[in-house]
Amino acid sequence: MTLPDHARYSWGGDEFLLVEIAPDMSLEANFISNAMALGLEERGLPGIIDICPANASLLIRFDPDELGHETLESAAREIEAEARRATVKGLETRIIEVPVWYDDPYTNETAQRFREGFHQRPEGSDLDYAAEVNGLSSADEFIRRHHETPWLVSMVGFVAGLPFLFQLTPRERQLEVPKYLSPRTDTPPLTLGYGGCFTAHYSVRGAGGYQMLGITPSPIFDPEQKLADFDDFMVLFRTGDIVKYRPIDEAEYREIQAQVEAGTYRYKQTPVTFSLDEALADPDEYNRTLLEALDVA
Amino acid sequence: MSLEILSPGLATTVQDRGRFGYYRFGIPQGGAMDQYAAALGNRLVGNSIEDAVLECTYLGPKIRTDADAVVAVTGSPVDVLVNGEPRAANARIELSAGDELSFGVIRAGAKFYIAVQGGIDVPEVLGSRTTYPIGKLGGFQGRALQEGDVVPVGTGGPSTPERLDEIPESWLPEYSREVDVRIMLGLYDHKVTEEGLANLVGAQWTLTPIADRMGLRFDGPGVKWKEEEQPFGAGQDPSNITDAGYAVGSIQIPGGTQPIVLHCDAVSGGGYGQAGTVISADMDLFARMSPGTKVRFVPVDMAETLEARAENRARFARLWA
Repeated sequence: MTLPDHARYSWGGDEFLLVEIAPDMSLEANFISNAMALGLEERGLPGIIDICPANASLLIRFDPDELGHETLESAAREIEAEARRATVKGLETRIIEVPVWYDDPYTNETAQRFREGFHQRPEGSDLDYAAEVNGLSSADEFIRRHHETPWLVSMVGFVAGLPFLFQLTPRERQLEVPKYLSPRTDTPPLTLGYGGCFTAHYSVRGAGGYQMLGITPSPIFDPEQKLADFDDFMVLFRTGDIVKYRPIDEAEYREIQAQVEAGTYRYKQTPVTFSLDEALADPDEYNRTLLEALDVA
Repeated sequence: MSLEILSPGLATTVQDRGRFGYYRFGIPQGGAMDQYAAALGNRLVGNSIEDAVLECTYLGPKIRTDADAVVAVTGSPVDVLVNGEPRAANARIELSAGDELSFGVIRAGAKFYIAVQGGIDVPEVLGSRTTYPIGKLGGFQGRALQEGDVVPVGTGGPSTPERLDEIPESWLPEYSREVDVRIMLGLYDHKVTEEGLANLVGAQWTLTPIADRMGLRFDGPGVKWKEEEQPFGAGQDPSNITDAGYAVGSIQIPGGTQPIVLHCDAVSGGGYGQAGTVISADMDLFARMSPGTKVRFVPVDMAETLEARAENRARFARLWA
């Protein structure tokens, strides 16, 4: 696939600059967004308040009294050109394993409360619907496809610490699922949701429009920083992190919850260098390499 | 000293200038929804502009102080009572230990503020005392106040050079049932039809009851999004985009029906396109509206926006001049 030659720049009032790398989602667009975020950080322009890399775009908040909007735009355009010119598209990151209890009673109970008026198919479950719209034989098939290849954290946001993830698999094999017709007012904390081509991992209880697939036993936002994985910061995920989901049953879910409660739980993870070129050239082989790194972690 | 909450009101939270620099993790700026009204309160009690205040929504709390205190009530017009006796809003009020502060029903807008000399002294989290209720972070135990809470007040003395007993009438915010809000078109406005944009900036919109610190929803003639093939990953509705960061103040219009202005506690990103952004100088106006308020979104360019920004800053600067 090809990206537009240039990003689209647009102002969000006097304090925000939106840089849309591409209107559609792709690994390439996400890579440039993240590279631009790093480049802007390195440049250390005075007056930058926040740099928010997103799926295929970048949002910059700045103080126009300290940093003129023309200065910011020209710096961002230079950094964009550098990111596009880069010959080695690599990212020092990590692969992290996330256990999931798919088809769990908590999200199923919530789904039942939000059928009529909220959902495309009031009579079924979210997983059955997700399988059906993708032409798959069963919910189990959808679950298998969901965890068989790793995912890239392509954006963090919505609410505190919530990651959006994009599956590392060729586009023709990616699953797409419509969002709820109208968002739920309730989602159990640590629900795994699916909307568009993204998985979202709900960090806290609240509203949500993604189809619910399952639930995870350990926090990804820990404001009190009780677990060791949160020593550095209260949010677990960074854009560029790679995630492998591992299906678990109820017994293991309870066991991990007990470890979380005792403050001893650690996510299984290991550093990796993510190579965009290799991921695009032979996705299946590259995913095997990533998973091997996790196996020996 | 501390404030004992005898009844909490509808939604009373600790707020300050806001929490900046963590938007990339989905943590919103928060802060007083009417920054100017909060600043007036801090000025009256002799605080700095950075000090935390209580933000009250529609129905105020009932509070008892355990020591002599200096307070001020600013923002939405409301009857202020000390031990049941009326006192002036927008003025310095001296309380004795054991006095009870309570309120009538607000007469306009949505938010009023209680500033206390010394500032609300909850711990700073990520550089701010503002409350982020969804994340149970900051403020008083990460939540709105409840009956029985004892809220600590700082010991800082007056930090202003000159005592101000009352805010001059001409400095007070205006409360109107018809408000012009200046916006800059942009972001994803190219996905909206010309007729849709003409509606957005030409029609009168009415604030619905669905309005809070996260967002404010408006009723009106609706806005049409262009029927084009949607980009991969965005979702089927023409108002959908590939999930992106949201500018604070940006106006999204899900399904083309009701524009939603994202305010200080809004989610930091998502999959709805936005047709423009309220300029920073006009963000306080939304705290001065109540359901039924008629709004016009007036388009301005970058030069006008920066001019409005400078005027707004001058209004704040005059308070501590």
